[in-house]
Amino acid sequence: MADEPLVLGIETSCDETGIGIVRGHTLLANTIASSMDEHARFGGVVPEVASRAHLEAMTPTVEAALAEAGLRFSDIDAIAVTAGPGLAGALLVGVAAAKSYALGLGVPLYGVNHLAAHVAVDQLEHGPLPRPCIAMLVSGGHSSLLLVPDVAEDVISLGSTVDDAAGEAFDKVARVLGLPFPGGPHIDRAAREGSGEAIAFPRGKLDDGTLDFSFSGLKTAVARWVEAREASGEAVHVPDVAASFQEAVVDVLTRKALQACRKYEVHDLLIGGGVAANSRLRALAQERCEAAGVRLRVPRPGLCTDNGAMVAALGSDLVAAGITPSTLEIPADSSLPITTVHV
Amino acid sequence: MLVLAFDTATPAVTAALHDGERVLAESTTIDARRHGELLAPTIERVLAESGASLRDVTAVVAGSGPGPYTGLRVGLMTAQGLSTTLGVPSYGVCTLDGVAFGSGLSEPFLVATDARRKEVFWGRYADMRTRVEGPFVNRPAEVPVEGLPVVGAGAALYPEILGNRSDVSPYPSAGALAALAAERLAKGTPLDPPRPIYLRRPDAVVPGAPKRVTA
Repeated sequence: MADEPLVLGIETSCDETGIGIVRGHTLLANTIASSMDEHARFGGVVPEVASRAHLEAMTPTVEAALAEAGLRFSDIDAIAVTAGPGLAGALLVGVAAAKSYALGLGVPLYGVNHLAAHVAVDQLEHGPLPRPCIAMLVSGGHSSLLLVPDVAEDVISLGSTVDDAAGEAFDKVARVLGLPFPGGPHIDRAAREGSGEAIAFPRGKLDDGTLDFSFSGLKTAVARWVEAREASGEAVHVPDVAASFQEAVVDVLTRKALQACRKYEVHDLLIGGGVAANSRLRALAQERCEAAGVRLRVPRPGLCTDNGAMVAALGSDLVAAGITPSTLEIPADSSLPITTVHV
Repeated sequence: MLVLAFDTATPAVTAALHDGERVLAESTTIDARRHGELLAPTIERVLAESGASLRDVTAVVAGSGPGPYTGLRVGLMTAQGLSTTLGVPSYGVCTLDGVAFGSGLSEPFLVATDARRKEVFWGRYADMRTRVEGPFVNRPAEVPVEGLPVVGAGAALYPEILGNRSDVSPYPSAGALAALAAERLAKGTPLDPPRPIYLRRPDAVVPGAPKRVTA
């Protein structure tokens, strides 16, 4: 609707400089500059490299997003920004940009939670969120199960990883297998040529009665298995290892997500975050949700990975809910808890 | 002319407005860990104190460092953001030049600021307006002091090596930065874009082979 506010969202919690523009829940622009190529040779995101890249990329990325949406900066009604969690120095570039835009335009500022934004983004593709829904967020930095009565105001943590994030396990196993960083897409591709049942890797915390995850033991088990084969001079069939590792991850993720749905009697599951782009996770989640009578929502891959549209989407919800805007004194909080949707 | 200037490259978060003739308002807080929280409210404060509106600002100037990177980026990002939204030019002025201008010295001297890791950022000046060497990053003992006075927090930190001009403020003042920028703008001297002066590469090591988990 034309009278809904235009919200510009800024995301800089890791290596992507993301700018999104929405009107209500209509996506008008989603522009991303990534510094991933600069990190790849280090085998992981280097915080200072990411922070420098955000400062370089911010102004051109904002200008590109405004051009894509056919808007002038003065058309924007509100600014939303990821205030946390994430890399402190990286977050701070986005927060400083957001404050300067809000100050310069004289419009309200909304500092938002990165994880809640990953939930809110699905509304841009699939419409209003069922209340409540269960959300599973899986990425290189997070693995969380959430009960979401209202994404603008009420998000409850049900469980999270006790050690490595799911995406982190993909990166580490990729290294063991000699695949490039980031590992997720490479393992996904290699796994298509292999069998997920070839090797029985452990499923951490599968039936421990919690909704927490653990992927550190799995990563070590894969490394042991590979080293044992190498020590005995046997060839390692990378596609089988990749597929069996991936199967162990997505088996645990989907089972725990459906356990959460059962426990809280919720019939809608949303999966977000970069690992939600994994083809096997999407397929197995679909299969198991159908069997359990749970409706599954997964945003398209471009909205699952970090982006500015998700921040704008949540900002739009906050405006619609009449939430008091943030002050210009808000900090970037690298460990912002998920229970704090906005600051 | 109305120049809005600020600097976040040292523990001082400082902002000022200058109308081409004098500083209309200036506000400074020393807090090495809260640049991101303090800068925007400090800008609002100097605007309120001078009775000016952001719409009246004709140029935005940020100290471009060198200085600890996390804080430094807050000032430069803010300058770019205000420039984009207000439709006015933004510039970066070397933070050491701001300290030098604030010293008021007319004879040769050095500026040295804290670069952490037991190093200083430094530059050599012929007078308060003229940098003749630097900026560089070095250990204090490597700085060619050669009997010249040294101003800035680096001097206060390493007085045995760098001497200490305690009569000069160790931190940059946005008022001095704004006055220097206003003078350069009035003369038509070209100013740099608001880009950071880092002087060091990011700490990052290309990893070797993965660590083995079995013996």
